[in-house]
Amino acid sequence: MRARSGGRIFRFAVMLLLAAFAVFPLLWMLSVSFMDPGEASRFPPPLLPEAPGLSAYRALFETTGIASYFLNSLIVATLGTFLSLGFNGAAGYAFAKLRFKGRDRIFQLLLAALVIPAQVTMLPLFLMLKELGLINSFAGVLVPVATSVFGIFLVRQYALSIPDELLEAARVDGAGEGRIFLQIVVPVLTPILITLALFTFLAVWNDFMWPLIVLTDQENYTLPVALAALSREHVQDNELMMAGSVLTVLPVLFLFLALQRYYLQGLLAGSVKG
Amino acid sequence: MTVRRSLVGWIFAGPALIMLGLFFFVPVLLAFALSLTNFDLYSLADYGNTEFVGFANYAELLRTPLFWKALGNTFYFVVVGVPLSIAVSLGAALLLNGAATRLVGLFRTALFAPVVTTLVAVAVIWRYLLHTRYGFINYVLDAVGVAPVDWLGDPHWSMPAIILFAVWKNFGYNMVILLAGLQTIPSDLYEAARIDGANSWQRFRHVTVPALGPMLLLVSILTMAGYFQLFAEPYVMTQGGPVESTVSVLYFMYDQGFKWWNLGFASAVAFALFLVMVLFTTLQYRFARARGMD
Repeated sequence: MRARSGGRIFRFAVMLLLAAFAVFPLLWMLSVSFMDPGEASRFPPPLLPEAPGLSAYRALFETTGIASYFLNSLIVATLGTFLSLGFNGAAGYAFAKLRFKGRDRIFQLLLAALVIPAQVTMLPLFLMLKELGLINSFAGVLVPVATSVFGIFLVRQYALSIPDELLEAARVDGAGEGRIFLQIVVPVLTPILITLALFTFLAVWNDFMWPLIVLTDQENYTLPVALAALSREHVQDNELMMAGSVLTVLPVLFLFLALQRYYLQGLLAGSVKG
Repeated sequence: MTVRRSLVGWIFAGPALIMLGLFFFVPVLLAFALSLTNFDLYSLADYGNTEFVGFANYAELLRTPLFWKALGNTFYFVVVGVPLSIAVSLGAALLLNGAATRLVGLFRTALFAPVVTTLVAVAVIWRYLLHTRYGFINYVLDAVGVAPVDWLGDPHWSMPAIILFAVWKNFGYNMVILLAGLQTIPSDLYEAARIDGANSWQRFRHVTVPALGPMLLLVSILTMAGYFQLFAEPYVMTQGGPVESTVSVLYFMYDQGFKWWNLGFASAVAFALFLVMVLFTTLQYRFARARGMD
């Protein structure tokens, strides 16, 4: 019995250590962001600010134009979320509950396409968007993220559980397909649509490589692209960079904490793709 | 199935399929076509300057030392990073699964938090944590008597540093999946093993691992695919350096395509990466099958 409680304490200690490993970088980021300029560039590295202040944030907003990057990210992620809900929500429902010619074969093809890394498409996509005049626009950022096989798959798996009788009864009552979708299907799908919205928002907010390619003017940068550029200019300004990281990470972290249940549900349902 | 019913299906699925077709499937085909041309800066000015060159880009790729270097670096990242990440994920999942504390939910959230953070932002944090003079990691090492390591400035340490960062960022994801898997293993299996006198390592080896087999395979294939796409970490933390020790295949593709505008050549790089990924996934699948894990 004693050995077992000893083992328990050991497990708890290891778990604490692991949690510290996971959370420490984020806490330190927060702490350093409240330090005065230059305070963090010392040895030994200070854990807490001597006199917590907002000078790093003030410098960030006054000299780097972070507010507009923040707004860009917010606009792109919000638009992307709504587009994804529309495209993937409707298609996911169709692949689960509406019969049309070639449906199952097309779905197989979509799943097979998951093995192709998105980066393969980036070079020709850049040229296509150049022809369409969409380089350096939010539309250019959104085109490849508005629809995703993962999103369709997620909604489809959930929509499969809608009883056909429910839809048939509505059809017999003379309801149109659009009305059935909006008044019967969407309410049932709400949990998975929240999951999809959360996944899309986080993915677009956090996305880096494609926005880096397609956004050529600084004024259109999203936060990650701006942050990467800033980190090359301000190599020594640790406080400033940490403040920028806080501003980038906190919104998604809060969103995750608020909607964690939906996020984990989607992660497990979608682990076929990941 | 009436025509009308079929039409309804197409109306609902159509917009998404058109988007995927136009902006995913067409570009994939175009990428292959592009990789067979000499498309470069001159073509960008006038498409007429483009010529079909067959597989010349692929042949040139094989003669380019930096491509081999990038491929080697990416292999390093995958071969060390994937098993390490999964080991940490599995360890964390086992700890959470067996934990007799009400704090499990809190721990799970804490361990998962890095997954949802913005890669570029946390890479910036880690660049600071890894700083030779002011970084916290060297401070801890100093406390136990280890001389400071120039993590991101020494070509021997740059990749290990990036791997450490990637493990931190990603382990929570697989942890959640594996934890869900562990919770489906019936406890009487463990009881039976215990009665047969199996110690905890034997129970892990002969009950947990076989039961988790298919899930471990899935998780390792997904993680591997993700790790082959290494890009933002070196872009932010090392810019491919020092002495090209962290140039990944995608980093090389990005440089060739969007810095030097050799889009034909860069497309060949993208397809080469795709091929390597397919090959590795197949090998892993075969290996797992041979061991009866699927």
